[in-house]
Amino acid sequence: MQTFKKAWRRNAVAYMFLSPWLIGLLCLSLIPMLSSLYLSFTNYDMFSPPEWAGMENYTQMFEDSKYLASVKVTTTYVLLSVPLQLMFALGVALMLNRGLRGLKFYRAVYYVPSLFGGSVAVALLWRQLFGGEGLINRGLALFGIEGTNWISSPDTALYTLVILAVWQFGAPMVIFLAGLKQVPMELYEAARIDGASKFKQFFKITLPMISPIVLFNLIMQIIHAFQAFTPAYIVSGGEGGPLDSTLFYTLYLYQKAFTHFDMGYAAAMAWILLIAIAIITAIIFGTSKKWVFYQE
Amino acid sequence: METSKAVIQANNIDIAKTEVKKSKMKLSIIITHIIIIAVGIIMLYPLLWMVSSSFKDNVDIFKGTSFFPKEIILDNYIKGWNGISGYTFATFFKNSFFICIVAIIGNVISCSMAAYAFSRLDFAFKKVLFAIMLITLMLPFHVTVIPQYIMFNKLEWINTFLPLTLPKFLATEGFFIFLMVQFMRTIPLELEEAAKMDGCGPIRIYWKLILPLSLPALITTMIFTFIWTWNDFFSQLLYLSDIKLHTVAVGLRMFVDSMGESSWGSLFAMSTVSLIPLFAVFIFFQKYLIEGITAGGVKG
Repeated sequence: MQTFKKAWRRNAVAYMFLSPWLIGLLCLSLIPMLSSLYLSFTNYDMFSPPEWAGMENYTQMFEDSKYLASVKVTTTYVLLSVPLQLMFALGVALMLNRGLRGLKFYRAVYYVPSLFGGSVAVALLWRQLFGGEGLINRGLALFGIEGTNWISSPDTALYTLVILAVWQFGAPMVIFLAGLKQVPMELYEAARIDGASKFKQFFKITLPMISPIVLFNLIMQIIHAFQAFTPAYIVSGGEGGPLDSTLFYTLYLYQKAFTHFDMGYAAAMAWILLIAIAIITAIIFGTSKKWVFYQE
Repeated sequence: METSKAVIQANNIDIAKTEVKKSKMKLSIIITHIIIIAVGIIMLYPLLWMVSSSFKDNVDIFKGTSFFPKEIILDNYIKGWNGISGYTFATFFKNSFFICIVAIIGNVISCSMAAYAFSRLDFAFKKVLFAIMLITLMLPFHVTVIPQYIMFNKLEWINTFLPLTLPKFLATEGFFIFLMVQFMRTIPLELEEAAKMDGCGPIRIYWKLILPLSLPALITTMIFTFIWTWNDFFSQLLYLSDIKLHTVAVGLRMFVDSMGESSWGSLFAMSTVSLIPLFAVFIFFQKYLIEGITAGGVKG
């Protein structure tokens, strides 16, 4: 009886500490998730009660050219920006990791774009940089090249946003740097004695040793890139134009939910996004056994 | 005699070889420095150009050839600060700071409580709940935002700061729980044992021992809460349509819409001002920032 009482008290105290989080989990995560799952099978405009619609929202997506465009835009954005960003991050981290003086200063300078990158201010700056009379075109003019308006051309608008994402490689770079510092120097010395080239050292020592960090960065950046919103909204003025070329998935979802009040359709879109991210994360984790090397 | 000469010669050649190697190393280090500085300048140039342009008149911004303003003018700042529809940027800054401060208080209290339970207490379903917490870290918030909006709308909380601040008191940002759990696990158990000997219960141990010792993790939480809340656009756009509640992010966007593209000068001025708080935090708390970024990836 005594021990039972003790155990009960121990649990009560712990759950008291957990209670804010548990209430949040229940009211702001679990119940909303289930509600949005329910809403995804209904038509709901917030004014009249939801009407059951079965799979209609989900089947409608395949015929919605705007939806398909948003999937294409987002996929292109993720496939381009994530690998490029990680390559820059690793490349610069490797350069910085050579025991340079002023490392902390350089690291800070390269981190600045990540600090500001998500802001409205930088998105507005981007709109100017790549505009018709923007800084980029004036730079190109010095070499006698006449640039177009990169923002208002459907062929290039998305790529300006890819550049904005890659520009923010500082955050993953900081993580790579911390990982590179933990690779034991003895390994390189041993390799040098064996006459391994720098190239070989990178692929046989550096890359395997930091592979858990590559995995972490890859997953984090993919999740992050799928949810990009602010740059597309600001650069395209909330429209996703020109010709839907910057209509990010989240931007279309926002339009559907909060401009057209098509809540059921937007909820279905959110669940597809969740499932897509879950599948991609699972696939990466699945393959990681083959390429991620864990130290004992 | 002959052999020792040969040895000396061989030694000299070795020394010469290492000298060449050393100077080669030096050269490659210098080249690395040059590349890093050059790339750094290219990366920061747009931001520096924005700041410099904010002191130029509109003609100088687009037609001028020099990076530096012909003469430093403050008109852009004065004109920009006046804002839109009778509300100045002072209002927007006040709103942003208010939301940030309340969010910081909320996150520190609620996330540290949950982290204390996960890292130092023993209770039923601990592993399951911890796993659930980690999963919520990866959830796109879009699956919850629609029902949340409907709920906040029913509560008549749209156009109040409540949807942006209240969730922070319910530890909705799992990243900070994770960060603090990592930190609190490293606090030696002996300290806790000693406190227990003195008759301290879990509540006093949390308050008197664990919280003060976790200060670095708390500071990291504060800084990231500040940066993320300051930069947050989606939820501020969603919940604050009344202009007197506008934050800097939403205000800036409205400002562009109302001014048109003709007044880049004042837009750049206000953009610059909007980034100053972030930059200040960065300058003063860089150490905690870097720690926060690496905590998840390396120690985890």
